[in-house]
This record gives sequence, C-alpha cells and structure tokens, in this order.
Amino acid sequence: MSILGTRVIRTEDPRLLTAGGVYVDDLREPELAGAVRATFVRATVAHALITGIDKSEALTQPGVVAVLTAADMTDLPAPEPPGGEVPGPDEPPAEGPVPLGGKWAEPLLAVDRVRFVGEPVAIVLTDSTYQGEDAAELVSVDYEVLPAVTTIEGAFAGESLLFPDTGTNVCVRGGRDISDDSIFDGCDVVVEGDIVNQRVACLPMEGRATAAAFSGGKLTVWASTQNAQLARLIFTAIGLPPDAIRVVAPDVGGGFGAKIGVDREQIVVAWAAKHTGRPVRWVETRNENLMAMTQGRAQLHHIKIGGDRDGKIKAYRLDVIQDAGAFPRMSGFLPMLTNLMAPGVYDIPAVQADYKVVVTNTAPIAAYRGAGRPEAAATIERAVDWFAAAAGLDPAEVRKANFIQPDQFPFVTKAGAPYDTGEYEAALEKVLGAADYTSLRDEQRRRREAGDTRQMGLGLASYVEITAADGGAGETAKVEVHDDGTATVYTGSSAHGQGHHTAFAMILQSETGIPMDKIEVIHGDTDLVPDGVGTYASRSLQLGGSAVHKAAIEVKEEAARNAAALFEAAEADVVLDADTGTWHIAGDPDKSLTWAQVAEHADGGLIVANVRFTADRPTFPFGTHLSVVEVDTETGKVTLLRHITADDAGPVLNPILMEGQRHGGIAQGAAQALCEEVLYDVDGNPLTSTLADYAAITAAELPSFELLTSETPTPVNPLGVKGIGEAGTIGSTPAVHNAVIDAVSYLGVRHIDMPLTPERVWTAISEAQKASAK
Amino acid sequence: MKVELTVNGKEISADVEDRLLLVHFLRDVADLTATNIGCETTSCGACTVLLDGESVKSCTVLAAQADGGSVTTLEGLAADGQMHAVQEAFHQEHGLQCGFCTPGMVMAIVSLLKENPSPTEAEVRTGLEGNICRCTGYHNIVRAALAAAEAGK
Repeated sequence: MSILGTRVIRTEDPRLLTAGGVYVDDLREPELAGAVRATFVRATVAHALITGIDKSEALTQPGVVAVLTAADMTDLPAPEPPGGEVPGPDEPPAEGPVPLGGKWAEPLLAVDRVRFVGEPVAIVLTDSTYQGEDAAELVSVDYEVLPAVTTIEGAFAGESLLFPDTGTNVCVRGGRDISDDSIFDGCDVVVEGDIVNQRVACLPMEGRATAAAFSGGKLTVWASTQNAQLARLIFTAIGLPPDAIRVVAPDVGGGFGAKIGVDREQIVVAWAAKHTGRPVRWVETRNENLMAMTQGRAQLHHIKIGGDRDGKIKAYRLDVIQDAGAFPRMSGFLPMLTNLMAPGVYDIPAVQADYKVVVTNTAPIAAYRGAGRPEAAATIERAVDWFAAAAGLDPAEVRKANFIQPDQFPFVTKAGAPYDTGEYEAALEKVLGAADYTSLRDEQRRRREAGDTRQMGLGLASYVEITAADGGAGETAKVEVHDDGTATVYTGSSAHGQGHHTAFAMILQSETGIPMDKIEVIHGDTDLVPDGVGTYASRSLQLGGSAVHKAAIEVKEEAARNAAALFEAAEADVVLDADTGTWHIAGDPDKSLTWAQVAEHADGGLIVANVRFTADRPTFPFGTHLSVVEVDTETGKVTLLRHITADDAGPVLNPILMEGQRHGGIAQGAAQALCEEVLYDVDGNPLTSTLADYAAITAAELPSFELLTSETPTPVNPLGVKGIGEAGTIGSTPAVHNAVIDAVSYLGVRHIDMPLTPERVWTAISEAQKASAK
Repeated sequence: MKVELTVNGKEISADVEDRLLLVHFLRDVADLTATNIGCETTSCGACTVLLDGESVKSCTVLAAQADGGSVTTLEGLAADGQMHAVQEAFHQEHGLQCGFCTPGMVMAIVSLLKENPSPTEAEVRTGLEGNICRCTGYHNIVRAALAAAEAGK
C-alpha cells in the first residue's frame, strides 16, 4: 500500500524539539568565528532630504569596527538599467505589471532622501550586539523634513512626491477599461461601495537575518530566505558573479511571502562583509521587523455588483488601488492578481477590473500569504453578501445560484483566469451540512427575537485562488540512490515549516519502496542545489513534489536496466515491488535484488536523476469556509465560536501537513478580519512597531477549527495536487468578516471595514442605532 | 559583574555586563541556542525558559536577576534520550512547523501543566496568550498540550 495519503508524523521534528532549530543567529560555522554584529541606523522621519550624516562620535565608541553609508559604497557596480518603461513626468503611469527601476529604484542604503520611517541609512559594525545599539544611537543624521504621504488619497493629491523625477505618485496602472456602465443595465438589484483591505504585518516569528563571510574571492551568505537560488542572483548586486556566491538557507523561522528573495539590508550585510573583509551577522529586532520588513495587503477597492431579484449576479466591477508603500517592490503584480481573481467562484457574465499602484511614505508592500488573491476573495465575498442582503436572499442561496458548475471546467472567467477543476457547490454543501446551518440560523433568530446582548453571526466565504502561477518556471529535483540502499533528494524548493522533508521522502518511498528513514532531503544550499526556484505561491508540492516524482521515475528506469542486466533478463520482465523496495523478474518472486545491489551495478555505485518539472498552467484550489461568531452588542467584542472549512487542493499527500497549513492559514486570515492592522500617524510615524502595539492574534482569541475533506484532482501535474499554503488565509478572512456583519446586520449595520475591533463594531452599532432613531 | 547560574543542571559562571539579558547569557555565554528571541517586549514568549521551576520570558530578565538560580531550557528537557511528554506530544500532534516559537511554547506548556495538570481547552488557550505562533494557528499546539496532560495522568 502506498504511503501517500497517510498520516506520517514529521521527520523534521525531533531535532527542532530537543535541540532547537539552527536559525541564522544560531550558526556556529567556523567561517563566522569572530563575526561582527551589524546594526542599522534607520530613518526616524517618514519623508525627508538627508542633509548630512555625522558618524564621528559613533566611531569613537567601544567595539565599533565601521560605520558605513551609501557614500562608502564606491566599490559597487553601476546599477542595472531600468528593466521596464519608466514614464516621464508628463506621461501617464506605466501599464503594469512591469519591472520598475530607474527613477523608482530602491537604493541599498538611503542616498539623499528617506521615504519611510525605518528605511536603512547606515550600517554600524561592532564586536557585540549591545555595542551596536549604543553606537547606532550616536550616528547623527540631519534631515530636511518634507510633507509625508501616508494615505492613498494623499498619494493621488500629489502635493508631495516621493520620486520627484517621475512627476507622480502613481507608479503603475493596469487592467481593463471599467467606464462602461451598461453592464449593469437590466439589473434589478445593484449595490456599490468601498471596501478597505487593510495593511497587515507578515510577522514571521524569526525576523530577517543574514550572516556573510568573504574569503578567497568567494562570498558565503547564510540568509533567512524562502529561496536560496533567487537570493544568490540578488546578491550579485554587490559585484560578484553567481558562481562566486554560495547562499545557504539554514532553518528559517517562517516566511509567509516576506522572505521571497532577500531585502536591501541583507545585500548591505553581504557587501559589508566583502568591503571590510570581516564576517558579519545581522539579526533584526522585532521593532525593525515591524517597521521595515515588507508588509501585506494595503488595497482600497471600489465595487459595483448587480443582478436579478432571484439572486443571479449579472455584472461585477472591481476598481483596485494598491498602496505600494515607499518603493514599488512588486510593481503591479499584486493588484493584477486581484483583478485576475475578481469574480471568484461565480459565473458572472460581465466583469470589469482595473488597478492603480501608488507610493506612500510607509513600509514597502510585497507578498503576504495569498498575495493579491485574499484581497479579491475578501471583496467579492463581501459584495455577494451585500447583494444577497439587498435582494433579501440567504447568502448561501445566492452563492449556489451563481457557482461555476463542475461540467463547465476548464472554465475561463471573464477576468481571464483559466480555472482547471472545481466542485464549488459540493464544498459549500459539505460545510453547511457539517455546521448544521439551518439550526444555526434558528439560533440566530432566537437570539434576535429575545434581544440578547450576545448576537450570533454566520459568515460564508466560497473562494477560489491561483497557485503556482509561474508553473512554467517549474522546480528542480535530483534523486540519488546509493549502493548502501540509501537515497538523497536535492530539491530547489525551500522549507520553512511546511514539512518538505517528510513530504518529499514520502513521494520517493511511494515510487521506489526505499523507506523514508533511508532518505535524506537536502535544500537551500546553492553549492548542493545550484538551480532551483523556491517556495512561494503555494508551489512546493505541485512543482517541487512533482519534480521529485519525475526524478523517482527516472531512477527507476535506470535501476530497471541494471536489474535486468544482473538478472540476465529482458528489461520488460523486471518489476519493482514498491512495498518492499525490491526488484524481481515478473512471475518469479523468489529471486530478488535490493536497491543497494542494483545501485552497486551502476556507474560509480550511484543511480542519479536530475530533473526540472514544469507545469503548463496554474492550478486553482477552492473551498468554502463558514464562520460562527458571537458579538456583544454592548461592547462590540467579537468572539469566534466556530470555523468550519472544506478546502480542496486535490489528493492529500499527508493529511497532517495539509491540516497544519490550513490551521495556520485560517488563523492568519481571521487575524486580518478581527484584530491585526499596521498603523501610521499623519506624519508617517509607525504606531504598531512592537508586539506590544501590533495586535498579533493569540490562542486565546481562536477556537479549534473544524476541517472537512474534499479532494478534486487537477490534470495539471502527475500528483493531481494544487497548493494549500495560502488557501486557509484566503477563505477565512471574508468568512469571519461576513459573520460579524451578519451578527449586527439586523441593527442596520451594512458594513464595517477590517479589522473588526470592539471599538469599530461598537461604533458601527451606535451609528446604526442613531440613524434608525431619526 | 559575576553571575553564577545552574543551566540544565550544569553550573556556569561568567563575568558579564550588568545589563546582559538572561536570554543572551543562555545563548552567548552558555551557548544554548534553542531559546529564541522573537520580540523585545515580553509579548511573544519565544524566549520562555524555566527559572527555578517557574516560566519566565528570558528577554526581560537580567542575567544578574537570575544569579544563583537554576534555569531549564528546551535542551534540558529530554532525559535519557527520551523526549519529555510535552515534546513527544508536539511531535505526535504536529504542534510545530517552522520551529521558532517551539522552544518557548514547549517550556510554557511544561510550566502550565505543572500548575494545572488537567486543563480544559479554554484554560490552555488562556495560558498560552503570551506565546505567539505564526504557523500553526495554535490548533495543534493546544491539542499537544491536552495530549501531554492526558499522558501525564
């Protein structure tokens, strides 16, 4: 029986549980002996010209090795020419997504201007951490303060420009024309409104961290990254070719999108090691992390939805404004995905979507668990609830009336997304059944009639998302079978908690019969795995796992040839018993060869397959979440009582790992709905730059989750799998959001923007009551 | 100043800066790196260790304050090559993903179960309010705590 689909506990755990992981700060590599500590001097104002930097006093402090600024970076190569068309001041913004550089470029250290509080201005190298904090305080930076742009409205006003040479704060625009209002002609029910998808912190428990050593012309960098190979390309910015750079990703304490590649500070650390000849280590503080790591979401949506009284949606418009923060790291990529996924799981005959990207004096925005898709799901799912309320229908019935049906796949939406497979209504029915939706509605009615102060709300979200959008880039795998019967898997994918080592060993065992305890999985070292893509976009199993599967088949082919030679039989007569990992001649089970014996016969006692798996299109996981909340109408406090989900990402390789991904995703999505938000004051000072201020969700605010099984395979890869890393987040935010509004809708509340803090909920209830009293 | 601590049963003394935090003593002086630093505000609990049997957040305790005390870190939990019941429960229940919060979570639960050997789910959740995990949604951490409590009966 195949090991696939069974609950295998993780092989990664014993080390992490008894000795702890080895994260960048834990490395005791000989190359890092005597490493100096890096501390960054960061901008204390949101928008200013730098008029002077005085490092003289800092340099006199104990333990200070160097204080370096952009002016010291004379040994860097000239910057790459802009990768895309950069518009002049009189031209409209670029049609995105295009790579942005040139006038919009992000320097390694601030040169003559700072654009957000926390932007790195100088790097201080000291013998110890405490000395670094002392000395960094003494680097004096003079600023000529400029008006800060802290909101989307402020960015459009253009009174203060972050990049004056461009003549605008609007850096990219894209999508389609949304001006034709005739798509709403004939709609009996039309609803319009704004929805804010607020800025949140990615908050991996390990912040950004890098250690670097330069010796003999070769740079070795240990980086907390989701992709060592991409990081290596980025590090070439310090003037070394890729083959002079080794990047190692040791244990990585979470990424959630914010560790795709590496950030400017990490490049500066690598440069400082080369520049000074001393090994350098940098581990950011949480304060730095909450100010300067990229953040997520930060979109403003204007929507219009219309349809019939019987619940059929006929037209949908989504206008997206993306706040990119101070540097448009991802250009138009995130809102482009939001546009692409705009209509969600519904067969809507007319869809319009467009986007604009603006810069503001805030931390840069980049990928965060879902990256552009949660925003689409959050808004269409709110819009459907608005539409249902306006039509006087139950939200579950409206969803059922509009789902793309199983026989319509493959289905290309009016936003252009080529959905592979889906059973949207089945997922909804499963959830409604498991939750006993009818009884919950009865309980809600009872509480309303009784005038309870604790009202119940039910929130649905039926979602679809896109994973492995860049399937064409694929992923690499090398499988080696050794003459002692052990095997090694080298993967270009990158683990930071997902369980790659367990999952990929399961795939190899399933194909070859080599037991998991004889399989080692190696990733995240460019000397050992020079070519790879890494972990993001929920791509690891469907691309990385499919690559391991492909390599396993190739080693079996070579092994079959060797076994045939050893048996002196025809290759076609040789069979592998994948349960025992032994080779036989068909019909003669008495004679057998082990993998060790077969490998011994190969060149050098080694069977190797080195492959890249690519997918010709993305996959589209889907599901339904139902959230049940209680809202205290006197205080506005929300309690999440139950969260029930059916998340379908195809056949499940290891239910333990899949459930873990869903649990974490649900919690992060619920956190956005309920409590988390990055805030700035009007001058651009961050108000949530410690964990005492940023309301990271805790165990006390969450229930245990109720997970249902749904497995619809995709034809896109041999494992039939889709990504599950981000789905939980995408489904849970709108489900929790809708539940809270549902709880208080009978009081006249139509919408409350996230996060649904007691203050916001209480205020909305009060205002609705005041309005109804008039 | 001179600080003397017993860490995982081993006596360690060192001359340290007055301001040295216990977590840095453990990591840099005792060279025990399982205990991680996740914030500087006593909020996340990644640095939780036992000091004289009580859980403390070692990022907000001075090494000097712990002078003469006995500290247990994650590394000191397993005995005779056998994982502690809480470690074993984390393994069985998939209570960890990236592993960064894990040392603090495990120590916090060891302490919680010492105070309340048979907690309800709600008591576990409230007891872990000061420990942040970003990967697991706490679901399996809570299950692990309850499973460890069950195993300890």
